[in-house]
Amino acid sequence: MTGEQSTGAGWVDACGVDDIEREDVRPFDHGRLSLALYRTADDAYFATDGICTHEAADLTEGFVMGDVIECPRHNGRFNVRTGAALAAPACVDLAAYPVKVEAGRVWVKVETG
Amino acid sequence: MRADVAWRDYTINAETIRRTDEMGLGAADWYKSPVPRKKLKELMRRRDGPAIRDTVIWIAGLIVSGSAGYFTWGTWWAVPCFLVYGVLYGGATDSRWHECGHRTAFKTTWMNDLLYEIACFMVLREPTVWRWSHTRHHTDTIIVGRDPEIAVPRPPDIMGILLNVFALKSSYVALRSVIVHATGRLGEAEATFIPAAERPKVYRTARIWLAIFAVVIGASILSGSILPLMYVGLPTLYGGWFVILVGLTQHAGLAEDVLDHRLNTRTVYMNPVFRFLYWNMNYHVEHHMFPTVPYHALPKLHEALRSDMPPPYPSILAAYREIVPTLARQVKDPTYQAVRPLPAGAKPYGDYEPFANLGTTGAR
Repeated sequence: MTGEQSTGAGWVDACGVDDIEREDVRPFDHGRLSLALYRTADDAYFATDGICTHEAADLTEGFVMGDVIECPRHNGRFNVRTGAALAAPACVDLAAYPVKVEAGRVWVKVETG
Repeated sequence: MRADVAWRDYTINAETIRRTDEMGLGAADWYKSPVPRKKLKELMRRRDGPAIRDTVIWIAGLIVSGSAGYFTWGTWWAVPCFLVYGVLYGGATDSRWHECGHRTAFKTTWMNDLLYEIACFMVLREPTVWRWSHTRHHTDTIIVGRDPEIAVPRPPDIMGILLNVFALKSSYVALRSVIVHATGRLGEAEATFIPAAERPKVYRTARIWLAIFAVVIGASILSGSILPLMYVGLPTLYGGWFVILVGLTQHAGLAEDVLDHRLNTRTVYMNPVFRFLYWNMNYHVEHHMFPTVPYHALPKLHEALRSDMPPPYPSILAAYREIVPTLARQVKDPTYQAVRPLPAGAKPYGDYEPFANLGTTGAR
């Protein structure tokens, strides 16, 4: 992502709160990371790796149902809050990243420290 | 088999996986027709209502036709009763297995999983094996050396197709696998797509299935009647004609080793009864391109993608007017295939050459 802001603590400004529709997902690239940012129906925000652990499909083209993202290629499922694999063929969890909302912006912690 | 016809090798093992990876055919990027995200989200939305309605009708049909078969047993009236029962048991379960395997039929997960297990038993497809084989089928649709669900390898096994009108070959292969799995072993190809953690489920299910068949066969022997087997087991065979009739329209005779579902898959218009039995799987190009769209939304997806698709076949008959002569010609010439025309408004392929990687070994 170009023009993104980050803090020394590893938090990166990913997008505005309304840049993601309710119960939907959008991509966010940072360095080598391809992340998926989620907004649930109750306006909670989460972030996981954006590539399916099964066969490298782009999860941001998938379908969000409640707390679940379904992979667009094989219908594997993950919990958007934790990244946990929920249904075959997804067997390996996604990495999940801390998210906070401040002043109408969604921040993702992509680095430790 | 003609001695002068070279056969393609459809074996799947670690070597074929490596080779197709090197060719750029494994887990590749497939063409997708453009559809706005908002529209796609609307189409992907899950509902319980349509599948509950259809399942109630399906179960009612099984009960009514099965009961009628019982009360008319020993008369010719039993024939139409069991014809209906067989289509519902051994034919309609093909699509129930398929849709619930994708977990798109119902919104509620347990409903998908329950009907999946039941339909798998009825159509004789081991649930864990076929979940993973179908995953591979979607990754590598009709890629030789990777796809375990190529129904008509070249040259076509015409006798095998005819035997499958009564599911004889497919059921023989399935039962042989169930027996192997019940002993705690997997086939070579299966080992390439079923993860180790899933294998105990394969063995357990195979043992349960054999136990069920043993009970039904025992009941038939004890009662001195084939009637118990007419309800469990045999309907997979005598209802199997529907599976082959609609199933062959999906890919038979079309291109192998291409990365565009428009070239290796058919969409065929069918009558409302067949669409109920087949759960709209006749919109098969659309399903392969967007497998997260549930069966009840496929007609709308078909309309949304229409300008970027080859013309659909107007009927099953129209599809078979292409399939029959194509397979007949492939018996002598395995390199022959039906080529799907893309509409004038179809998006270009970019750098991709659709037939660059055919790699057939058959002699022209």
